[in-house]
Amino acid sequence: MTEDQTMSRKGKQLVEKIWSWLTGSLRNSIPQIVAIIAAFLIGAIVLLATGFSPLEAYGAMLIGAIGDIYGIGQTLTQATPILFTALAFLLSFKCGLFNLGAEGQLLIGGFFAAVVGISLTGLPVFVHLPLALLAGIFGGAIMGFIPAVLKAKLGAHEVITTMMSSYVALYVTSYFVNYPLKAPGWVSQTIPIAPSAELPRLLPVTQLSAAFILSIAAALATVYLLDRTTIGYEIKAIGLNPLAARNAGINTNKGLILAMVISGAIAGIGGAGEILGVHRRFIDGFSPGYGWDGLAVALIGGLNPLGSIVAAILFGAIRSGGITMNVSTGVPLDIINILQALVVLFVAAPKLFGYIRKKGGFKWLTSQT
Amino acid sequence: MGNAVRMVAITKSFPGTIANDRVDFDVEEGEVHSLLGENGAGKTVLMSILYGMYKPDEGQIFIKGREVKIDSPAKAIDLGIGMVHQHFMLVPSLTVAENIVLGREPVKNKYLLDAFKAADETRDLSKKYGLEVDPTAVTNTLPVGVQQRVEILKALFRGAEILILDEPTSVLTPQEVGELFKAVAALKQQGKSVIFISHKLKEVREISDRITVLRRGRIVGTVNNKTTSMEELAKMMMGHEMPSIIMKDHAKQGETVLRAEGLTAFNDRKILSLKSINFEVHQSEILGIAGVEGNGQSQLIEVLMGLRKLEKGTILLNGKPITNASVHERLEKGFSIIPEDRQKTGLILDFSVSENLILGQQDKPPFAEKLFRLNLEKEGEIAEELIQEYSIQTPNKETLVRHLSGGTQQKVVVAREFSKQPKFIIASQPTRGLDIGATEYVRRRLVEMRDRGCAVMLISADLDEIIALSDRIAVIYEGKIVATRERDRTNEIEIGLLMTGATND
Repeated sequence: MTEDQTMSRKGKQLVEKIWSWLTGSLRNSIPQIVAIIAAFLIGAIVLLATGFSPLEAYGAMLIGAIGDIYGIGQTLTQATPILFTALAFLLSFKCGLFNLGAEGQLLIGGFFAAVVGISLTGLPVFVHLPLALLAGIFGGAIMGFIPAVLKAKLGAHEVITTMMSSYVALYVTSYFVNYPLKAPGWVSQTIPIAPSAELPRLLPVTQLSAAFILSIAAALATVYLLDRTTIGYEIKAIGLNPLAARNAGINTNKGLILAMVISGAIAGIGGAGEILGVHRRFIDGFSPGYGWDGLAVALIGGLNPLGSIVAAILFGAIRSGGITMNVSTGVPLDIINILQALVVLFVAAPKLFGYIRKKGGFKWLTSQT
Repeated sequence: MGNAVRMVAITKSFPGTIANDRVDFDVEEGEVHSLLGENGAGKTVLMSILYGMYKPDEGQIFIKGREVKIDSPAKAIDLGIGMVHQHFMLVPSLTVAENIVLGREPVKNKYLLDAFKAADETRDLSKKYGLEVDPTAVTNTLPVGVQQRVEILKALFRGAEILILDEPTSVLTPQEVGELFKAVAALKQQGKSVIFISHKLKEVREISDRITVLRRGRIVGTVNNKTTSMEELAKMMMGHEMPSIIMKDHAKQGETVLRAEGLTAFNDRKILSLKSINFEVHQSEILGIAGVEGNGQSQLIEVLMGLRKLEKGTILLNGKPITNASVHERLEKGFSIIPEDRQKTGLILDFSVSENLILGQQDKPPFAEKLFRLNLEKEGEIAEELIQEYSIQTPNKETLVRHLSGGTQQKVVVAREFSKQPKFIIASQPTRGLDIGATEYVRRRLVEMRDRGCAVMLISADLDEIIALSDRIAVIYEGKIVATRERDRTNEIEIGLLMTGATND
């Protein structure tokens, strides 16, 4: 056999492998696809009932989201922070924890990054930018650490503590940008960060910054962490069976603190990315609820980092397309929230899908080849 | 007499396995019919289909000659089928009478429970079938044997004509088994049909009229108890002759490996459950801890593993105190454990076979590398080796442990725990719920570990097991070691009496 033939056979095998992976993940994501279609169908009914044309509205949304390079840029910009918070939720979930504090971790991460970005000057980019990002990681990590320690030492349930800590973060940062750190003017915001702390923009005119690349890298790193490291192994072991993990000598308290710290750190970079890449200053309440969207995205992504990338981009598209829809057709922006809520609702109702399948729907997708 | 139940060509498959393959099964009125087979043979699945918990893929069910579709346990109950599960389905905080009438409570003033009537009905029922219970006792204060009686009465209260008992003896003491069998005989007298699921030949022989043997989801045959023999049944069940347990002579006892002095500890309810326990386990020795369950065995294991706080006492490993060492440190120093409940504490069911095989060693070389990297290649390699060496019957190393049979799951635990060259092994109920083949396998491995120089502590509620394997036997009763005996200088009767607190040292 010649080298060429071997090469081509190897290539063929690789293609087949990728193909089976793709079809496999498509099959696995049927419930999500069904949920999205169902959400848009019901959204159409809502639009009709309120006197808008669904075709026109969705058309505008589609064009706004992916119609041109600007739209795509905005879609990815919107997807970036949601992907970070989705990864944060997902990671804690693998350890059996519900981190509902991604919103607060994102805010504090962004705030810390802003402080470093503003207060240090005269540093070269390759020092200042990493420092600002590290500050974001640190801020998020602290916000993950506190509820984790409260749980490990006092048994305080993380759902309560993480959710409450989000409000603390919101009001504390709000205080700072309204009083001590407020820039001159009417807007509650800080002065801009130094140019040396800015994350570079990727596309002209759009706000798409290198933070998007960081978010994809974070997703890949999360896959690696969970599947290829001893830390990931222990986190999963604790999440699936804490008793067995304890019996095997795994320190479950240490594990859950670590998981929450990493989780918070990921959300923290998300906040830093927004500040350093998009706004370039800290604006009061800059997050329209990215933390909560992250939870939804993680669920729609099947609690899988790679699935979360797809789901985050979908949510980003709904958000950025929604703005175009609002401007060109006058449909209120609230429809976006309705659509997102419906997607989550349908994903959370897997039995519905089972019912459809029983009735013989989607055979073309589910049949094994 | 007619057929109470007839199941025809029942087929049920789960992803990856066929649990029942065209199974035919019938039970006559007033008959005790045993379903015999190893773990994973499909006995419980077949009966769960009859009880409406699973839907068969194919096949028909006839009750008293009429074809029926049983799609829920409620439907099964309506048809006069009752099932007593291996794990009881009682509300622990309710009284016996309340549990029995639950769902069909006698009421007064339309909405209020008539407690007196419930108690009376329970008393009548209990008298009628000779199943003695105290209607006003709170369920969780009762011994397991009595709770089982409550389960049976509950089924009878709902009008069961056909009673399914799923491995009813696995949780009982020998005395309780005797009482259960008396009750079964009484039920038969009253014309009830009883289906007895078991993998214990002796018991099946004792109470059955007919015996149906299942192997790997298929019927091997149905035989009349009077005309069959132990050997024939064992052959049908195993597909080969019954292997005998090879007990080697005493290995030469060596130095003390583990020494416990004055172990005292509370249980979760803050009741003193270990009262100054002393014992030693030597090199090349199996120390059996005999005792009826709930006499402090669980707490003793937890204390030894470092999972429960000691109030008083010292634990020495090779003469060095390890009383305050963490679980992790103890494992590092050569502790190894086969936990009582493999699914709850021994395995991670949603991890693969190979992931489970490295549990507890994931943070050590060769699995752990620089920068927390987990060497998956090494993990796979070692998994393949262990699957071979311990003949773990799994489709492959990536299979989730959840999908394996009980015996195979236990082999995964045994392979993991024995392959790490332990010095001290705690084996708690190591053969519980396993079939003959797997039981014999685990026992042989335990003896092998002893012969290689391990100190083994065997905790078992199965007296036969303790007698068969131990070099020395310590009897635990109400949190105390009441006696320690050389195996050769004692017998089942003496140990049995000590276990129940009948005699004291």
